[in-house]
Amino acid sequence: MTPAVELERATLRIGGRTVLSDVSFAIRPGEFVGVLGPNGAGKTTLMRAILGLCPPAAGSLRVFGQAPRRGDAAIGYLPQVRTVLPDLRVRGLDFIGASLHGHRWGLPSLTAGERRMIAETLESVGARELADRPLSAMSGGERQRLLLAQALVGQPKLLLLDEPLIMLDARHQEVAIDVVRKVCRERGITVLFSAHELNQLLGAVDRVLYLGHGQAALGAIDEVVTAPVLSRLYGTEIEVLRAGGHIFVMSRGRDVEGGAHMHDHEHGHGHGH
Amino acid sequence: MFAYDFMINAFVAAAIVAVVSGLVGFFLVMRGQTFAGHALSHIGFAGATGAGLIGLSALWGLVGFTLAAGIVMGLLSERISNRDVAIGVVLALALGFGLLFLHYYTAFASQATALLFGNVLAVERGMIVTLGVLGAVTLAGLAVIMRPLIFASLQPELAEARGVPMRLVATAFLAVVALAVAECAQIVGVLLVFTLMVGPPAAAQRLTSGLWSGLIVSAALALAEAWGGLAIAFYTDWPVSFCIALLSAATYFAALALSGLGPRVALPDGEA
Repeated sequence: MTPAVELERATLRIGGRTVLSDVSFAIRPGEFVGVLGPNGAGKTTLMRAILGLCPPAAGSLRVFGQAPRRGDAAIGYLPQVRTVLPDLRVRGLDFIGASLHGHRWGLPSLTAGERRMIAETLESVGARELADRPLSAMSGGERQRLLLAQALVGQPKLLLLDEPLIMLDARHQEVAIDVVRKVCRERGITVLFSAHELNQLLGAVDRVLYLGHGQAALGAIDEVVTAPVLSRLYGTEIEVLRAGGHIFVMSRGRDVEGGAHMHDHEHGHGHGH
Repeated sequence: MFAYDFMINAFVAAAIVAVVSGLVGFFLVMRGQTFAGHALSHIGFAGATGAGLIGLSALWGLVGFTLAAGIVMGLLSERISNRDVAIGVVLALALGFGLLFLHYYTAFASQATALLFGNVLAVERGMIVTLGVLGAVTLAGLAVIMRPLIFASLQPELAEARGVPMRLVATAFLAVVALAVAECAQIVGVLLVFTLMVGPPAAAQRLTSGLWSGLIVSAALALAEAWGGLAIAFYTDWPVSFCIALLSAATYFAALALSGLGPRVALPDGEA
């Protein structure tokens, strides 16, 4: 079977910095893969490369057997830096509608079929009522569900979710993961789901892809989340502790993933309400 | 009041400009680029006075300068068009140049007030035709870019991933804004373009959250404010631009009050 995403000795560079170097792995169709690793390890760059926004500097990258194309309808995408203007009075239906054929010139219009498709997709993530609610009146969790619905509109075969759990509290994180898991399982969608913390994804993911130090490791949690593999990827000595169904990735006694989460908030993801 | 030709001309000119301003301004507010629109009008002032200096008509100086400035802003997009300080500095510089041009072309000085605060009562037939053509070009441009513009405004990261030419869209939009500003300045003057380009769309966005309904309400409010302002001015003898500015502000604050709780209503329950 053709892999959903396949990198062969691929090197990804962004702004002159090598993010991934000579990396090879293959993601199977229908797989739910958690993408993890320290900040700057290349999670976002990898997704942008799959979207055809930054072609590999060396080696090859194929999406369902083909070179990535910008604007590929088979890929649903939920970007990490979500520029949501805080006071935007646009209702959910128009927000999602704007992304349908959004690259075409001319006046925006939605056919009855498209409206129904949006409504059904909102329904599938349990957010039917958001169609008529303005964005500015939605909570963080509701906005996230709206964005997820948008990524699912148009029957994608591959879903790239870049840090969809940021800005959600623990309860909403769990709900979001469950919804993605359920919808993608039903439709056979391949998922790349990047996150800061492994424990959120335990039990939901089929495999994990750890990125770090220009390298990548893809495999079952037990194969990848080990002291030797992670020490190599983080470039520092890592201890992996398992306790009470949780996994703690520690460096010199500190939880490295917890620290990474704090760091990201410095970049301000528009949560100053 | 319709017994006077100049009033009829004023009503027609105000209608053209109000509809164009209300529609274009809707996207200016949606994109959070209102200050850039304000700056364009000030740059237009330098253009208009500069045109007077070399013997061209003020309108074409205004159009030429705002259009050039809009395109440059669009091309510099990320770096400048959303940065208040850079825009503010350029805006002040443009006004300064406008003053310099006035200084060297004193015969023009009587028109300075008209440029700054508008003079809709002096609009003639020929100007109406010009405004109509400019308005049609502006709206046609807006219609062509509208779909990718909305997408790029609401979700720039996703729009880029889907293949929307972001810089082209941003630049084309600012060119459209530049034309609308140049027209708007004919009615209410460069200092008051906010009254027609920002007030009505901002009020419309408080009143409705649909896209088409928002556009319609925005254009309708701009039209009502422009005509209402003319009528009030006719009976009170107050300046027209003041009356329009007054109605625009009153409508905006009424819309805020109607929509409930002022500018912020989001309840972020899911914040980490």
